[in-house]
Amino acid sequence: MTVKTATGAPARLPERAAPKQGLWAWLNKRLPVDEFIEEQLTGYYAPKNFNFWYFFGSLALLVLVIQLLTGIFLTMFYKPGELTAFDSVEYIMREVDFGWLIRYLHSTGASAFFIVVYLHMFRAFLYGSYRAPRELLWLIGMLVYLALMAEAFMGYVLPWGNMSFWGAQVIVNLFGTIPGIGTPLVQWIRGDYGIADATLDRFFALHVAALPLALLLLVMLHLVALHRTGSNNPDGIEIKEKTGPDGKPLDGIPFHPYYTVKDVVGVGVFLLLFALVVFFKPNLGGLFLEAPNFEPANPLSTPEHIAPVWYFTPYYAILRAVPDQRMGALLMLLAVVSFLFLPWLDRSPVKSMRYRGWLSRTALALFALSFVALGYLGLQPAEGLYVVLARIFTALYFAFFLLMPFYSRIDAVKPVPDRVVYHAH
Amino acid sequence: MRTEAGRPRRALLAAALLAAAGAAPHGAWAAEEASGGAQATAGFGADWQSWHAANDVADMASVQRGARNFVSYCLGCHSLKYERWSRLAQDLGVPPRLLEQDLLPPGDKPAQYILTSMPAADSQAWFGKTPPDLSLMARARGQDYLYQFLRTFYVDPASQTGANNLRLPATAMPHVLSELEGLKRAVYRQAAGTAQGQGTQQVFDHFEQIAPGRLSAAEYAGFVRDTVNFLDYVSEPTQTARRALGVWVVLFLLAFTWLAWLVKREYWKDVH
Amino acid sequence: MADHAVVAEDEVDLSRRKFLTRATIATGAVGTVLAAVPFIESWSPSERARAQGAPTELDLSKLEPGQMATPVWRKSPIYVVRRTPDMVSRIAGHDELLKDPKSENSDQPPYARNPLRSRSAEFLVLIGTCTHLGCLPKQRFSAGELYPGWPGGFFCPCHGSRFDLAGRVFAGSPASANLRVPPYSYPNARTLVIGADEKGVA
Repeated sequence: MTVKTATGAPARLPERAAPKQGLWAWLNKRLPVDEFIEEQLTGYYAPKNFNFWYFFGSLALLVLVIQLLTGIFLTMFYKPGELTAFDSVEYIMREVDFGWLIRYLHSTGASAFFIVVYLHMFRAFLYGSYRAPRELLWLIGMLVYLALMAEAFMGYVLPWGNMSFWGAQVIVNLFGTIPGIGTPLVQWIRGDYGIADATLDRFFALHVAALPLALLLLVMLHLVALHRTGSNNPDGIEIKEKTGPDGKPLDGIPFHPYYTVKDVVGVGVFLLLFALVVFFKPNLGGLFLEAPNFEPANPLSTPEHIAPVWYFTPYYAILRAVPDQRMGALLMLLAVVSFLFLPWLDRSPVKSMRYRGWLSRTALALFALSFVALGYLGLQPAEGLYVVLARIFTALYFAFFLLMPFYSRIDAVKPVPDRVVYHAH
Repeated sequence: MRTEAGRPRRALLAAALLAAAGAAPHGAWAAEEASGGAQATAGFGADWQSWHAANDVADMASVQRGARNFVSYCLGCHSLKYERWSRLAQDLGVPPRLLEQDLLPPGDKPAQYILTSMPAADSQAWFGKTPPDLSLMARARGQDYLYQFLRTFYVDPASQTGANNLRLPATAMPHVLSELEGLKRAVYRQAAGTAQGQGTQQVFDHFEQIAPGRLSAAEYAGFVRDTVNFLDYVSEPTQTARRALGVWVVLFLLAFTWLAWLVKREYWKDVH
Repeated sequence: MADHAVVAEDEVDLSRRKFLTRATIATGAVGTVLAAVPFIESWSPSERARAQGAPTELDLSKLEPGQMATPVWRKSPIYVVRRTPDMVSRIAGHDELLKDPKSENSDQPPYARNPLRSRSAEFLVLIGTCTHLGCLPKQRFSAGELYPGWPGGFFCPCHGSRFDLAGRVFAGSPASANLRVPPYSYPNARTLVIGADEKGVA
């Protein structure tokens, strides 16, 4: 059947007419299902010019679901406790039917989460998505990121391998650098005089219950805030400012079906890459699962070369670049916290990198380079040239934030068009 | 020092497993290692740090030979505490009857884990430390590490066991495979001193065979490769199934993504 | 100027769109079902559970006539009763009072589908969980122990199910099937193996 739809009417097809009676009507009288779908999906207008960088929000949601699902199942077989944790992970890997698959999905999912979130954040840097009116959206997103870091760290401790143990030792000792309360605070976090059974058990509780709840709540707030302001886009133009006679944005298209069908393609590609890792390279050369973690925790033997998992290494490199313990920890904290100030540091009259000058572009390129380079350096031993490089990139990293009020203001800008740039395929 | 009593039994088990495996004689891979054989007469091992196990867990015959090697030479001291006999038999295709009759240590059940009969207290007394469990060694240290470790034992009169190792200097493990490999000694050369310039120092140069073993150098390399291959299997018994399933998952996702892309293209014809 | 972003001006092939959408949804649904399999499978008894459920052995020479031993197999007590000739004689003669005297609707290996529900008259081997709701029936082996005319057997304290000395259920009990018989065999005269027989390991 070939149909010519009327001009101006959204062609959402195939159309499924909602029955006005029967079970659906009964349900809708009691629960606003139709309204929800209308408000959040079919009636939620997103800019039509989303590009590659806009896949990662929905993918982050997908990874969250994967982690929750696999995590719930792992919790059924995992046994916290210093005498049982390591064995129970091997039990999952060897004796539970498909336990290995569930575990690899979860361990790969942890890294995938950070890959997706880092790309999602970079998108915000590219197109100024953190700028007004989306400052709160950005702040909530940063809280999601912080919660995710805590979640990942505690999850990393649970297998109770030797890297789990020493990772916990190093990270928890960071709290010891807080003046005055450091030492008692560290003892309180551990619940013992070293990383021990008590530490593992409380990390387990936080990892499987408290932090997932916090994550879910924050992600929900993130979505609510997004739908209040609407999405930004690669041109950094507010599509709500140009509406048609029906009040709908001229450059907007209903999220469903257009972005649902597009995101499903993204999901397919993502799952392909994900499956390649899970089934063929679950260790990913020691980046996703580290070899020393296949030896049980040993409080008497530090692994020869200790580094956190890759997603923490940029901050770890900053920590090690500073030759003072307290300053190092402080800078590391600052490196994370800096993101929070971004909406107020950026003084450019335009949002998107597309219409900014070479200063902003260079600054962002250097920042991205520094982040990746620090990530690499954090995996290397802290010696010789590596330390020098780490210091240079640390300086560049902070310069990006500190100098932003200046370079973003004086940078040349190109005129921003009225309407978004989109070329139909 | 070793539990001699355990040996004949292990040898019997080994023979049984060999029969179960229908394993090829050592000569099967001798050709592939021909260069190694040639090296044996002259000095060799200068490049030991670039030796790769290059093992393949899909090569079931090799894993079976490795299992036989493990039972004969390793199980006396090392356990595989996460692997059950029944699992080994199932994954390696050893018929249950054969497992029960010939492989299981007396008194052990098929469902039991593969544990050494050496009490930890004894090994502690004899070697100064309990020999580590090998279930996860291939994942923790890597196949190449194990391969290099088992091939770089050399005679060292200064050591308590009479042997030392390049991969793990001052290892507490005696060279239990010397009857197969024979004995070799390390030849050193003088090398320029450290940065501080404190004269010269001794640096390992190559090995020299000083007594032949039952196997040629090439056969021994194959023996070690099989053993490492088996330990690789034990470190993740599900890995073959993992890869096999992965192929189907990837094929499915390719089909799904292709369909989803077609749908996306159709819908986006509306967007101008 | 075209105002709205979504304008289907071109000829849109709706049937193709519909078909592709349905094909994708169907493929996705199949994928979801397949993806659920590992999670569902993970709940089945693990290799450890299966290992612990391996056949269990009992030394029969230590069992006195008229006595019962209760080894555990697969998390259930197994009732092994060494029946005396008197006990065997008390199994016959009350078929009309039983729900399933010929064990037609009960769960047992073929070699136990006989009036004595066992391989030999001497040894009775039963899974000691009531076929009603899984409680453990108590032994009431003496004649008349429960009430006058009681031929001896088992009595479940939870809901009052009664079984004779072959584990057959009496009419009037809430249970409707005879006590289950596990696979078992005698590798030699004094050894009972529960969980394995000629057909192999259960």
